[in-house]
Amino acid sequence: MMKFHDPLRMLAALLVALLAMSPPAFADDLEDAAKLLKSGQHQQALERVNKLLAAKPKDARGRFLKGLIFAEQGNVKDATDVFLALTKDFPNLPEPYNNLAVIYASQGQYDKARGALEQSIRTHPSYATAYENLGDVYAKLASQAYDKALQFDSANPAAKNKLALVRELVGGSATAKPVAVAAAPTSAASSPPGVPKDAAKPPVAVAAEPAKPAAPKEAAKAPVALAAVEPAKPAAGKPAAPKTGNAEILNMLNAWARAWSSKDVDGYLSFYAKDFKTPGGVSRADWEKTRRQRISAPKSIEVTVGSPKVNAGADGQVSVTFRQGYRSDILAAANATKTLVLTFAEGRWLIQQERVGN
Amino acid sequence: MSSLPSAFLRLAVAFFVFASPAFSAGPAKAISGAGPEQALSGVLEAIEANRIDLATQRVEALIAAHPNFRLAHLIRGDLLLARARPLETFGNVPKTVPREKIDDLRAEALLRVRAYRDRPNGGRVPRYILQLHAGQKHALVVDSRRSRLYVFENAGGRPQYIADYYVTLGKNGVEKTREGDQKTPIGVYHVTANLPRQKLTDFYGAGAFPINYPNAWDKRLGRNGHGIWLHGTPSDTYSRPPRASDGCIVLANADLESVGRSVQIGLTPVIIADEIAWTDAKSLEGDRKSLADSFEAWRAAWQTRDTNRYLSHYAPRFHSGDQNLAAWAEHKRKVNAGKKWIKVAVSKVAMIKDPRETFVVVSFDQDYRSSNLSNVMRKRQYWVKHDGRWRILYEGGA
Repeated sequence: MMKFHDPLRMLAALLVALLAMSPPAFADDLEDAAKLLKSGQHQQALERVNKLLAAKPKDARGRFLKGLIFAEQGNVKDATDVFLALTKDFPNLPEPYNNLAVIYASQGQYDKARGALEQSIRTHPSYATAYENLGDVYAKLASQAYDKALQFDSANPAAKNKLALVRELVGGSATAKPVAVAAAPTSAASSPPGVPKDAAKPPVAVAAEPAKPAAPKEAAKAPVALAAVEPAKPAAGKPAAPKTGNAEILNMLNAWARAWSSKDVDGYLSFYAKDFKTPGGVSRADWEKTRRQRISAPKSIEVTVGSPKVNAGADGQVSVTFRQGYRSDILAAANATKTLVLTFAEGRWLIQQERVGN
Repeated sequence: MSSLPSAFLRLAVAFFVFASPAFSAGPAKAISGAGPEQALSGVLEAIEANRIDLATQRVEALIAAHPNFRLAHLIRGDLLLARARPLETFGNVPKTVPREKIDDLRAEALLRVRAYRDRPNGGRVPRYILQLHAGQKHALVVDSRRSRLYVFENAGGRPQYIADYYVTLGKNGVEKTREGDQKTPIGVYHVTANLPRQKLTDFYGAGAFPINYPNAWDKRLGRNGHGIWLHGTPSDTYSRPPRASDGCIVLANADLESVGRSVQIGLTPVIIADEIAWTDAKSLEGDRKSLADSFEAWRAAWQTRDTNRYLSHYAPRFHSGDQNLAAWAEHKRKVNAGKKWIKVAVSKVAMIKDPRETFVVVSFDQDYRSSNLSNVMRKRQYWVKHDGRWRILYEGGA
């Protein structure tokens, strides 16, 4: 029987936020199934999930929960199959990779676990759980290497597995379902906090805090630059961007940097709102043309995001400030502080203004 | 992934600082490296340069080449662990692991890197190989402090460095005197046989080359024991710790095979030193010439049948088998008196200094002809400086 303990790295709320964007009946059933799982009623949970999946066989959250149930039951094979299929169908979601890695690690397959976690991090560069798990996997790999160095017989590799299985699917942008988006208000800032979880809730809530801020410590020791996730401090009593929206903003930020880095100009431009304030007030067409040239010219570009901080201003303005690293084969720019002023439109966060400095 | 926790960097640098005082002589990088030292140094250089990915790549290539290279696995362990948390030490294994296991690997790392950085340059030769004879293609010299075996080629009678290898020596160090003392002897030996892999257990790896411990000098000093071999490693181990054998000289299997190709049974000298004394070719030639002149004077004196002149080349402490100098003198006077003429020709003369004792072992083919007896044999003499002159301390068949 596998042990997936460690609530520390388990995300606190179970499936709460993501249910918000599902049709209520489905969401309730999913929540019930999750509750059943939580109370250890694996079989009942499985039956409930299977019923849900009969109606919506592709549903990522239902399948994710099913994978969790299998994992809790110690059904390694089926759990692996479920998470593996999820990584294929939803390659942009970090959680299935993470959980796949946890299962691999529990089987002593640390190289495969490492691969899956690196995939998870590639999908979601500020994913603290994957970093912590990756750290543990590296420690296990090190211990195997040491065993070889000292010619010890490897101890039971699964014995001290303390990797964390992620309990919920919070996901990157892939989870944003058009269905839910249609019902979304256009500005998160205008939504009062603490709305009941029903269809009226802004879809930003879909991203329950994923990378749970064990992050500052992680950033210091993780071998890659890790975007520390700091929850914004909304001005007291002000209806600012809900806390749960930060993850989505950070997802967007990372996706934007990724599109830029991979020289995907169309993808990059799609992050800019229709009413984006172009620098110097040039026309949108001219600005796009310049950007297209700048991004196309270098053979390679690497844009990194460091210490992003989401700010919800008293005026309701949402922005994100971060250290931007830029390097291409033609130019290496010094890290600069950059601020993106955001707007929630078309069901997602878009850039309304881009400026250097705070 | 690019950056590396700084603790690891500090450690890596400390490792080199620790190692560097020994890197006194100028390294000779022109000569091709033997064994995995070059790759190992490449790994440590990458660590030093804070390039963890490169270091990982290199150590994995090293492991691919030598899957049972324990030291490489240790470093790989460190590189992996460094991604999980800052390292505290080189070989950052759990505290429960017996210290000596790690100390062994650390010692091996230091010795290997040091040897790589401090390879002898073209002009440097051990003080021991005064002359090789034309039939000897190579000579092997072991430095116990460096855990290293150096291979020299015979270039017109003079040694020329061609390669060196990490070796494991006796658990209890060097200066073997007794059976079972688990020490490696110090002295001048030669390879006496070639035992192929098929005739041995896996423990000896790719093969074995026994040497002639105890030699005549060892026996004279009452040393005993037997079975000192050069041999390989078991199939599950690329190399063993620096001090681990029962007195044998252990090489990695590939290294033993390389060395084996240069070994001639009964001919190849194996000189085992505590710490090799290096010199330059010029002063070595000075030593060689002074001894060669005395050797020639001895030969010429023998031909004159002037027994006193002949005996003046022998040291007071001389012995041969049971004979001391007096017995030897009496015997020679008797023999010489009955001869009308003597002609002595020598060939294949090799001169090798004992690394610890003061004498030089001179081996040669002796073609002795006289009015009533002729005889051809291979001989061995120990020459020692006595009152500023070279004299013979021992003489016998080789």
